Amino acid sequence: MTVNEKELAERVIRISGVNTKKCMKCGKCSGTCPSYDDMEYHPHQFVSMVEKGQIKKLMESKSIWTCLSCFACIERCPRSVEPAKLIEAVRVCVIRQQGENHLKANAVPEKLDDNMPQQAIVSAFRKYSK
Amino acid sequence: MTYSYYPGCTLKTKAKELDKYARASAEALGVTLEEIEDWQCCGAVYPLALDEIATKLSAVRALDSAKKEGRDLLTLCSACHHVIKRVNNDMLTNDDIRMKVNNYLKLDTDYVGETNVVHYLEMLRDTVGFDNIKAAVKNPLKGRKIAAYYGCLLLRPAKVMQFDNPENPTILEDFIKAIGATPVITGYRNECCGGYVALEDKSIPQKRANMILEEAMAKGADTVITACPLCLYNLETNSTIENKPAICYFTELLAEALGLK
Ligand code: SF4
Ligand code: SF4
Repeated sequence: MTVNEKELAERVIRISGVNTKKCMKCGKCSGTCPSYDDMEYHPHQFVSMVEKGQIKKLMESKSIWTCLSCFACIERCPRSVEPAKLIEAVRVCVIRQQGENHLKANAVPEKLDDNMPQQAIVSAFRKYSK
Repeated sequence: MTYSYYPGCTLKTKAKELDKYARASAEALGVTLEEIEDWQCCGAVYPLALDEIATKLSAVRALDSAKKEGRDLLTLCSACHHVIKRVNNDMLTNDDIRMKVNNYLKLDTDYVGETNVVHYLEMLRDTVGFDNIKAAVKNPLKGRKIAAYYGCLLLRPAKVMQFDNPENPTILEDFIKAIGATPVITGYRNECCGGYVALEDKSIPQKRANMILEEAMAKGADTVITACPLCLYNLETNSTIENKPAICYFTELLAEALGLK
């Protein structure tokens, strides 16, 4: 683990408030995850990879954009590890970097349709940009 | 009974029916919704990161506004309810967030989580009562088979939302019975519709919405109800199945049953 990765791991732990050591590796979080097929790393892997300090791989993974924030993994984890909080922390580590917004304002118009509620656009900006 | 009311952005634009029929029905049931002044968008997603402060301020402003009126704060959109309820919980339980928010807002008196946040459905259940709604119904929706789609935001995390049993909720089914219709219970009623990921990859909400609607159809539902504009959008616009059930806000059916529509 490089020093940089170590710092990143500490940051993810601090801003998520998650204690990865509570995980008993049952896999229930990933079993219940509705985005499982659209993720490269799954909720239980976020827990073990953060514990090992492998943050950069997670930062480059599409999983951080396909988590639906449905909180199923948070509700159903028998050990209250709350993996989605790690996914959120990794995502904010990415978008807080200069120029790393995942959703840019000028990309929005072509995504709109007549029925799309404001809620969708506001949520996506909150999740994908700073 | 009067509540301070937080409608939120989407209820002023794409989800006007959710708001309009909620207000009319509440009035008919003896409940007044007094819209708070100068409310701001809640941000639509709860900021999970513990060091996010600025993104929680608009919720606290709304909470403080209701506190000043001495009333409970009533919400309707699932997302607004989720954000405001969770931020309120932070203000009540997280010393660091409470201190930073108050240092920033510099209110006359610190806000420390005093306001009660009540969802419209909780108001129907706990203040009006489903029996009283049943008694007020002029046009019972007899013969209609309605599937309740709860989605995620009202139910989870149950520890904070305290809305209903997160795995076996009953509030919407009780509502459906009160307006004279028959509830259709589906397994996917508390599984995600795909949410905001519609802006990242439409195929994800499309798969989710199709699954949810196919199950409701297989179980004979003619209508699916929701309290969330984003759920309604994904079910209605991003699903690709033919002859799907009608998808509408629960307040539309309430108004219909009360003879207001
Ligand atoms: S919050 Fe994200 S990771 Fe957790 S179950 Fe939902 S989609 Fe999967
Ligand atoms: S459900 Fe909880 S305990 Fe089980 S693997 Fe996931 S994080 Fe670990």
